[in-house]
Amino acid sequence: MRFVILRKSDATMESDIPASPELFQAMREYDEEMKKAGVLVAVERLQPTSHGTRVRLSKGEFSTMDGPFSETKELIAGVTMIEVPSKEEAIAWIKRCPTLCSEDVEAEFEIRPVLDCG
Amino acid sequence: MTATAIHNTIDAVWRMESAKLIAGLTRIVRDVGIAEDLAQEALIAALEQWPESGVPEKPGAWLMTTAKHRALDHLRRRQMLDRKHEELGRELEAQELTVPDLNAALDDDIGDDLLRLMFIACHPVLSSEARVALTLRLLGGLTTDEIARAYLVPEATIAQRIVRAKRTLAQEHIPFEVPRGRELPQRLSSVLGAIYLIFNEGYSATAGDDWMRPGLCEDALRLGRILAELAPLEAEVHGLVALMEIQASRSAARTGPEGRPVLLLDQDRARWDRLLIQRGLTALERANALGGSRGPYALQASIAACHARALVAEDTDWARIVELYNELVRIMPSPIVELNRAVAVSMASGPDAALELVDALTGEPSLKGYHLLPSVRGDLLAKLGRYDEARAECERAAQMTRNVRERELLLERAREFAAHSAGTN
Repeated sequence: MRFVILRKSDATMESDIPASPELFQAMREYDEEMKKAGVLVAVERLQPTSHGTRVRLSKGEFSTMDGPFSETKELIAGVTMIEVPSKEEAIAWIKRCPTLCSEDVEAEFEIRPVLDCG
Repeated sequence: MTATAIHNTIDAVWRMESAKLIAGLTRIVRDVGIAEDLAQEALIAALEQWPESGVPEKPGAWLMTTAKHRALDHLRRRQMLDRKHEELGRELEAQELTVPDLNAALDDDIGDDLLRLMFIACHPVLSSEARVALTLRLLGGLTTDEIARAYLVPEATIAQRIVRAKRTLAQEHIPFEVPRGRELPQRLSSVLGAIYLIFNEGYSATAGDDWMRPGLCEDALRLGRILAELAPLEAEVHGLVALMEIQASRSAARTGPEGRPVLLLDQDRARWDRLLIQRGLTALERANALGGSRGPYALQASIAACHARALVAEDTDWARIVELYNELVRIMPSPIVELNRAVAVSMASGPDAALELVDALTGEPSLKGYHLLPSVRGDLLAKLGRYDEARAECERAAQMTRNVRERELLLERAREFAAHSAGTN
């Protein structure tokens, strides 16, 4: 089963302060681990929404709005697609994310099974 | 967490960790059977303790530590036993029985251990059925029951197969190692063969009510992808991965309403999984870049890629496919490849030329009982307007297949040809 995992953003990830080299390295190792386990399909970490743009269509009119966006809880900081036999395994992979190491971390992920077009 | 949720979590963790556990433990105790028992003991401990204590923060590490302790106990017992034997003055084989530094042993490149585990599970000393069962069990993390259900055989059969395989490996003193030099190609092909057998059983179930068993395809794909990471310089590994990815891309389109099979040229190609195709083409490029374009799996993947690249069936480059089959027949002569080549020839040059090839195969002993021979022959005859013979061939094919869905399809075609036959008479 293919799942998209959305990592919800927070104030740190919304800032332009880059992650520490150690964290970068840990993230690379984490990706590598998923790849070696044969489960990783794709992974992208996103720039803060200050670099993003929203495109809307309403009543036949397109409008665009540049970031940053305010409703931090709903913002997405990263997208991972994995292929695993069960949702439990997707959850088990999330729990290994190196950004969750320290005690005081508050984080939210959303797991969404990919729509089976077939 | 509810008890069910905890069990599901344990299942997931087991699937993710068991191969690594068993691989690391085999290196310590030097016996894949004992290693698996130790890993199982750790699993049982988890099943007993986690519902009470909750799932530990690092479940994989927990299992590893628990198993390590059991391994240590095991080695100590063995050492004590050996000392006793010494006291009795019995002759002992010179054997190093010092307890190794377990932490170092387990943290040392686990990838190498996994690769060794793949090679030992697929050792040529085992029957191909045993290799498949052992691979699914030791590397795929499937339970005996799951394997039995996937293969529609009693659980006891699989359990016995696994026990025997482990015993054979111990008796023959098969070393836990990655083969080198001249031995490597043959041993690797044994591993690839086992993975592809698993895939194929999932892709075209040889028996039963379902045309496909996607779970087995996914297991095989995952094993293939893991192997490609472990042995990135082996072209044929990428060839096999490419082949499986591209074939799997058609899974959704291969089954119609009510689970009926849909043949390649009738499939709705919009339902092919573009992501898997892309992964397959990338893997094929890697195989080719490593100089492996003429390996049997890479060639089959190239054929599959020809289909994948054609957006509609009419765009298929049949001439190229025939060329690839010609090459495949040269390096891997087999009546089944020859039969597939005939199908490609019929598309490239018409049914006459193909029928000649197929007729040459009808006396082939290894194809006796192979339902696709009369099935292909029936199709060719129908294309030539010889509907009566075509119907007879399809009926024969229907009798031969053990897959219910396929039988229905063949009988339907037989009826179709019968109608044509009535129409022309």
